[in-house]
Amino acid sequence: MMFLMTFLETFFATLRDILPILGLIVCFQLFVLRQPIPHLRRLIVGGVYVVLGLTLFLIGLDKALFPVGKIMAAQLSNPSFICPTGDMAALTSWTSYGWVYLFAAMIGFSTTIAEPSLLAVAIKASEVSGGVISQWGLRITVAVGVAVGIALGTFRIVTGTPLYMYILAGYVIVILQTFVTPKKIIALAYDSGGVTTSTVTVPLVAALGLGLSEAVPGRNPALDGFGLIAFASLFPIITVMGYAQYTDWVARRKAK
Amino acid sequence: MEEKQTSYRIGTVFRGVAKKLWSSFTDLLPIILVIAFFQIVVLKQSLPDLGSVVFGGLLVVLGLTLFIQGLEMGLFPIGENMAHALARKGSLFWLLTFAFALGFSTTVAEPALIAVSAEAASIAAQGDLIASTEVSMDRYALGLRLSVAFSVGVAILVGVLRILRGWPVHYLIIGGYVIVMLMTLIAPKEIVGIAYDAGGVTTSTVTVPLVAALGVGLASIIKGRSPLLDGFGLIAFASLLPMIFVMGYGLVVFG
Repeated sequence: MMFLMTFLETFFATLRDILPILGLIVCFQLFVLRQPIPHLRRLIVGGVYVVLGLTLFLIGLDKALFPVGKIMAAQLSNPSFICPTGDMAALTSWTSYGWVYLFAAMIGFSTTIAEPSLLAVAIKASEVSGGVISQWGLRITVAVGVAVGIALGTFRIVTGTPLYMYILAGYVIVILQTFVTPKKIIALAYDSGGVTTSTVTVPLVAALGLGLSEAVPGRNPALDGFGLIAFASLFPIITVMGYAQYTDWVARRKAK
Repeated sequence: MEEKQTSYRIGTVFRGVAKKLWSSFTDLLPIILVIAFFQIVVLKQSLPDLGSVVFGGLLVVLGLTLFIQGLEMGLFPIGENMAHALARKGSLFWLLTFAFALGFSTTVAEPALIAVSAEAASIAAQGDLIASTEVSMDRYALGLRLSVAFSVGVAILVGVLRILRGWPVHYLIIGGYVIVMLMTLIAPKEIVGIAYDAGGVTTSTVTVPLVAALGVGLASIIKGRSPLLDGFGLIAFASLLPMIFVMGYGLVVFG
């Protein structure tokens, strides 16, 4: 009974998210394009699958992943875990947070692999490139970028260095890379920054950022808790372009 | 004979479904491994309420499988159909209207955005940038939401125009980055973190496949455009422009 309630609640919430898109498409078909939609039944079945799938996905995440992930993020950033000896001076040293960095990197990597938006873009990219860009290749490269980004983001929260310096430095790297990367990958690389942070990654990463900025002395959760998402959207651009540069370099060396 | 065929067909369907479920399971395997490693090796404790976690995990696998199936049957074809139909109609006005409306309408009701803008309003009230009354906080949050939704609409519109005209994506993106950098220097500190994050939260799980299919569909139907080179990039605009607009909003409201 409880499950049915949660199911209906999530189902209608998902439906409400989709409603504007549905309305827009129906309006355009009826008033602007004025033509029947081909394979209408298949499309409707597909749409139902999407809503139903997202609903189950979200309920499952809420039941399984989010509670556990949030408890773990809280425990790993708990002062009594970070310095079991009770030596409070260790709390201010960035070297005491080894497990936190490792957890940040691994949770960033693994949630990105499970991110449905990234999967959608990977499917399209592999289709369009005729399989040259493999789905797993793209997903792993992006996930490595998110892992590095989130780990660096937690390091920033611990050390309290300003966010914008990291982001600006990242932009400079992206701009420089753009000029030497194979042209065909550039648009996809930029896109892969935007798709990493959605359903799975954001709640867990936000919990980690908030927990950490509460634990470290002198950090303000309201100001320092933000910003991890920005890291997670910037670094995949760098790794995707980097990987393209690497494969390009290998191919050119072989050709010589 | 007929019976045998039916049972054979059921067998293939079953194998197909099992294969899809298995591939969703492998997508989730890294998360399971990471959590198990940290629970057992680092934190040294067992999972609380294991039954509920396993049940939730099964729902995630099933949900992801259905979603991917629906993606290929529904969302991708819809995006492509719209791109082809609008391109055939040949009206720039309607194509751009559709692009803007798609960006605006999918963003304005996005739950993640509503949460972030409410959070941003309470931070701004704490920092005494706006009055700590409910009315002014609500107005600030709504303004933030509308400026993000408007910016995503403009982003998709510009992105579609880029595909039509064949402008190189990197000039637009780099130009955008330079604007972000410059605005960071003059924007109020309280808005910078939120502006950066706003770029990431705008692109939802339903919007991304639709927008990707729209871009690739347009690029593949217009002569001289490559789907890989020109079809992608819409999502990048949709994550970049909100940063500029939110910082602009901060400058206008606080400035």
